[in-house]
Amino acid sequence: MRIPTRFKAATAALLLAGSLAACGDAGSDDEGSDVEAEEVEEGKFEEGSKMAELAEAGKITVGVKYDQPGLGFKGATDELPSGFDVEIAKLLVADLGIDPEDTSAVDYKMTISDNREPFLQSGEVDLVLASYSMTPERQQVVGQTGPYMVTGQQLLVKKGSDITGVEDLKGKEVCSVTGSTSLENVEAEGAKPRGFETYSECRDQVLDGTVDAMTTDGSILLGYAALNPDELEVVGEEFSEERIGVGYPKENPEMCEWINGVIEESIENGDWAAAFESTLGKSGAETPEPPALDECPAA
Amino acid sequence: MQDIWENYDLFLKAFGLTLGLLVVSGVLSLLLGIFLAALRVGPVSLLRRLAAVYVTVARNTPLVVVFIFFATVGPRLGYTFNSVEQLDIGGYHVSGYFFRSCLALTLYTSAFVCEALRSGINAVPLGQAEAARAIGLTFAGSMRQVILPQALRAAVPPLASVQIALAKNTSVAAAFGMLEATARMKFFINRNADDMVLVFVIFALGYVLIVEVISFGANRFERRFAAAR
Amino acid sequence: MSAPSVLFDAPGPRTRARHRIYSVLGVLAVLALAAFIVFRFYDRGQLEYRLWEPFLTPKFVRVLLVDGLLKTLQMAAVSIVMAVAFGILFGIGKLSEHAWLRWPCWLVVEFFRAVPVLLMIYFIYFAYGVGDGIGAYWSVVIALTLYNGSVLAEVFRAGILAVPRGQAEAAYALGMRKTQVMTSILLPQAVKIMLPALISQLVVALKDTSLGIAIGAPGLTFVGKQIYTEFQNQVQAAVVIAVLYIAANLVLTALATWVQKKFVGERKPLAVPVVGGGTL
Repeated sequence: MRIPTRFKAATAALLLAGSLAACGDAGSDDEGSDVEAEEVEEGKFEEGSKMAELAEAGKITVGVKYDQPGLGFKGATDELPSGFDVEIAKLLVADLGIDPEDTSAVDYKMTISDNREPFLQSGEVDLVLASYSMTPERQQVVGQTGPYMVTGQQLLVKKGSDITGVEDLKGKEVCSVTGSTSLENVEAEGAKPRGFETYSECRDQVLDGTVDAMTTDGSILLGYAALNPDELEVVGEEFSEERIGVGYPKENPEMCEWINGVIEESIENGDWAAAFESTLGKSGAETPEPPALDECPAA
Repeated sequence: MQDIWENYDLFLKAFGLTLGLLVVSGVLSLLLGIFLAALRVGPVSLLRRLAAVYVTVARNTPLVVVFIFFATVGPRLGYTFNSVEQLDIGGYHVSGYFFRSCLALTLYTSAFVCEALRSGINAVPLGQAEAARAIGLTFAGSMRQVILPQALRAAVPPLASVQIALAKNTSVAAAFGMLEATARMKFFINRNADDMVLVFVIFALGYVLIVEVISFGANRFERRFAAAR
Repeated sequence: MSAPSVLFDAPGPRTRARHRIYSVLGVLAVLALAAFIVFRFYDRGQLEYRLWEPFLTPKFVRVLLVDGLLKTLQMAAVSIVMAVAFGILFGIGKLSEHAWLRWPCWLVVEFFRAVPVLLMIYFIYFAYGVGDGIGAYWSVVIALTLYNGSVLAEVFRAGILAVPRGQAEAAYALGMRKTQVMTSILLPQAVKIMLPALISQLVVALKDTSLGIAIGAPGLTFVGKQIYTEFQNQVQAAVVIAVLYIAANLVLTALATWVQKKFVGERKPLAVPVVGGGTL
């Protein structure tokens, strides 16, 4: 009495075909705020600058995260990623006269933490807005300006946890992304490091009680606390200062002034606050004071 | 490069964890695999089929997905196995992560162990089994005294490959919270971008060493206990 | 199962009764386990429709099958095609009469069979994949090519050695050169013998593509992860992608069996001595 392989295969094929005739209606149509493209007047950008080139071509590639709710997240069937990073990116794109919602003109490329510098150096992307901390080491190889947000490494724990700050971490299991500086920092504090590939997996580990806490930039953690306000909370003082900025190619220093200009303007006209409220602010996180921007290096 | 020399203890600890995963999962998967193989060749047709279903499912699921079941799905259903952390084994405490990783590796590998043993049993000439029955041995008796001793010898090479595959498969735990050799390599690569190739070669050689030790051991074992044919 | 019956006598009435008890116990154990799992799902709220809904929604099903399964199959197929080329090259190299060719080939094959695929994927990605490198997709494909190619090199060597000796001798007697004998006599016959082994290697490659999630390469596991990041339905997503993988692999295995029957006849499939665990 053996089930012939052919029968098994037929069953499997049926299964695959049957899954096509599905009926259901999941997914949300939540695409963040609408940003309109601006008219670019003649002479707005200097002749020969990168901005002029991009506006001329009407195409741009922006590196964003796909797996960080609240900052940069794209579901399996979403047209566009959403989140605070993405909103700021949209403002920049719109300023070039490109419609930020038009995926044929804007390519929001997925970046992971490890490939942001190479992406910029090789021209694979024109801008990076992917919870990108500004550090002197990085500024050796790529241009960075901003910050459009200031945050710091904090801890995300289950509500009611006895961990209140970094000093409680000794011997505790703490999750973060494998090979990240956040993980090195808590390892130095005497915690047992638990590395996963994405922050979302860490959040699940915290929810399901397999680790005591997860750690990374507070802004990312706020995004998660926002999604699970009844179960998770962000605790402790920030034990480092992370200044989240925009990355641009080092050979286009003229982009710095332009990026700063757009961010300044958005802070003044309320777009910056609106971007925060429609993303991270949904969790009830207070809209913070807008950060002061760095001076651009003399080009 | 300096970095690895100065932190060689991290390197050794990482490979220690790799070996720990290998030894624990290796032993457990052998035990479970023997049990499954016994069901697969046993006289009870229904148990034969159940074991076959288990083997089919385990063999056709990617190990990453098996890990997802134990690292993510299990905890979601309330199975964290964190209680093993209370156990005290000679001053050592097993972490929940280690336990879950070993479970995933064991359940996956045991299916391959079962198939390796079965191929060993199939390699025993039919005359042997017939002769064993002719002298009145029961199924258990002929298995224990005639078939298995020969089958195990024939199964050594495929079993060795299964254990070698397991040694390499422990690396998947890197993506699920274990800081073993592969995860450590990523850590060193992030800190020493210029010496990337060197870092990779050093870690790769660590694995090559483990693999060579297993195959050398298997070869010696086979030569020593080769069935007289 | 060839013939388990040789291991034991035809059971008598008493043994049959005992086997029936075993069977009943086995069924009960399985049923109990199934019931327990279903209850656990129910108890933890994992049977809620909203958690399963994405897998019944046409657009998600399309993503799962097109961006997921199809990409996975494509990656596996591309890497196997490249691995065949690699395998032929190094397999013949290992059979070469020249030591200067044999040794390097042997070394390369041994190295890539002993290194974990995930370690290779990480390395290739960080060294050559990021930036304007080859990207995540090709990093996975290349890593799989190197590993499967090394396994196939062994398969080819065994396949060529499995061709009856008279064939090569006859060809030499006709005055053919070494290269000619290899390309026109040995390889075509070896490929026929090895076809099933090739397709089962495809199953191995298909499973290994899932390691690509470590570097954000596309594929079925990646899509599953995207879905569960969005809907928090880890349990359901894992069940669905596991079923899809198993279904795809069973179809491939059936194909291998069919090819085996059609082209190779009733010969036993080529058993290759696997040193590096070619079965996984």
